[in-house]
Amino acid sequence: MIRLHDVHKEYARSGLALNAVSFELRKSEFCFLTGHSGAGKSTIMRLIHMAEKPTRGEVRVSGYSSSSIRPREVALLRRKIGYVFQDFRLLEDRTASENVAFAMEVTGVRPAVIRSKVGRLMAKVGLAAKAEAMPGELSGGERQRVAIARALAHDPLVLLADEPTGNLDERATWAIFDLFRSINTSGTSVLLATHNLDLVRKNTGMRVLELDHGSLVYDSAVDGKT
Amino acid sequence: MAHSVREAVNAFRRAPLLTGLSAAMIALSLFLLGLFGVVAHNIRQALERVEARVEIIAYLRDDADPTLVQAARTDIASYPEVRDVLHVTKEQALARAREDLSEFRTIFGTIEENPLPASLDIALRPNQQGADAVRAVAERITSLYPFVEDVRFGDEWLDRVYLLRRVAGAATFALGTVFAIVAALIIGAAVRISIFARREEIEIMRLVGATEGFVRRPFLLEGFATGIFGGMLALFATWGVYRAASSRLFDLEWMPPEWIIGGLVAGTLLGGFASAMAVRRHLREIG
Repeated sequence: MIRLHDVHKEYARSGLALNAVSFELRKSEFCFLTGHSGAGKSTIMRLIHMAEKPTRGEVRVSGYSSSSIRPREVALLRRKIGYVFQDFRLLEDRTASENVAFAMEVTGVRPAVIRSKVGRLMAKVGLAAKAEAMPGELSGGERQRVAIARALAHDPLVLLADEPTGNLDERATWAIFDLFRSINTSGTSVLLATHNLDLVRKNTGMRVLELDHGSLVYDSAVDGKT
Repeated sequence: MAHSVREAVNAFRRAPLLTGLSAAMIALSLFLLGLFGVVAHNIRQALERVEARVEIIAYLRDDADPTLVQAARTDIASYPEVRDVLHVTKEQALARAREDLSEFRTIFGTIEENPLPASLDIALRPNQQGADAVRAVAERITSLYPFVEDVRFGDEWLDRVYLLRRVAGAATFALGTVFAIVAALIIGAAVRISIFARREEIEIMRLVGATEGFVRRPFLLEGFATGIFGGMLALFATWGVYRAASSRLFDLEWMPPEWIIGGLVAGTLLGGFASAMAVRRHLREIG
């Protein structure tokens, strides 16, 4: 479903960010993407999201290739990709449910569908009771749940989570991780970028990709489990 | 479309001061343009009144055959440049001179022989292509009709009238262009501020798969609406100044309706065009 083949990414100012990275993420797979800060995790996320193009090599997502995708197709592809960030990126002047609804409003979903779906999503992330709260009234963990509900608005094939627990305490971290596991169980692939090695070590059965200075140095699917 | 309209209205609500300021700045530019429009229209009216008096006088030989003169009169009247041809006989010329030149009334009353020639007084249509066009008609008359002794049309002042007209036309075009550019820059700046104020929203729209057209639409609507609003404000302000000036200073004419409609349409299109350019440029800036 997602395939990176010999991907290089070089920036004019900061130099080489990715060096000959190749891997494949299959449907319904849960995969950790680890590495130190600046190793290239976020760059991989942005390449999969087609926010950037590789300098060399190819990124294929759900049949679309980075070398031939058109701008309108990028928008359509992004509806199949949920994206969650460390800093939540919620609109502060809208309620939790309005933030979730926004993702559907701007892609032309009918209001009746939006209303029923927002309720389901808020329940799914355990925030039905706080649907009308403003982001400022929510804890970090709750804000991340709103962001996850928004990422699920279009029933994505894959959920990209870029350091989603970076701003959370341990309890909230595990609660969010459990939510990702539950989403994955229902068939959505999850690619979770993190430098929280504790989280990775305690989930030994899952696939791990490790980056170091832009190179993929370890893939548990190829190199064996840790 | 409903979302785009709602977002454009929300942009007004979220930043009424900024949007009001943008509309006011556009209104100021269009107001200056409107004032110039009133002045240009009045200059044009004045010039047309002067042009309506442009006349060629073809003086006839005393022995000119009346049948040929009549035929020439009909022929000249059919020229596209000509509005009217009047045959003034020697007697009529003398009577006119007695009336117009009262100080020579005694002389004209005692002369035995009428020294004044008969003439064809040729009135031209307004909006001729300059003094050269008038000169060409005069030359054609001289060359075609041998019984025409002399042709007069006051070429010196005519040259000045047409020069003034050309200068007024060029000044209208130049100032109109300058004000349009200023208005476009102001709209562009307002859209830029609006885009940056909604930067996070735009990032999220792109994140969740909104098309670029969808992202741009509210800003374009905002530009159009600001253009219309600014145009209306400018129209009211121009009308106010026109009323005040024409009741206290000069007797002015208001602009023709097609100018006003044209100005509003141009303002709206300018608003849309300027926002389209600004949206294209600044959306790229925010990634």
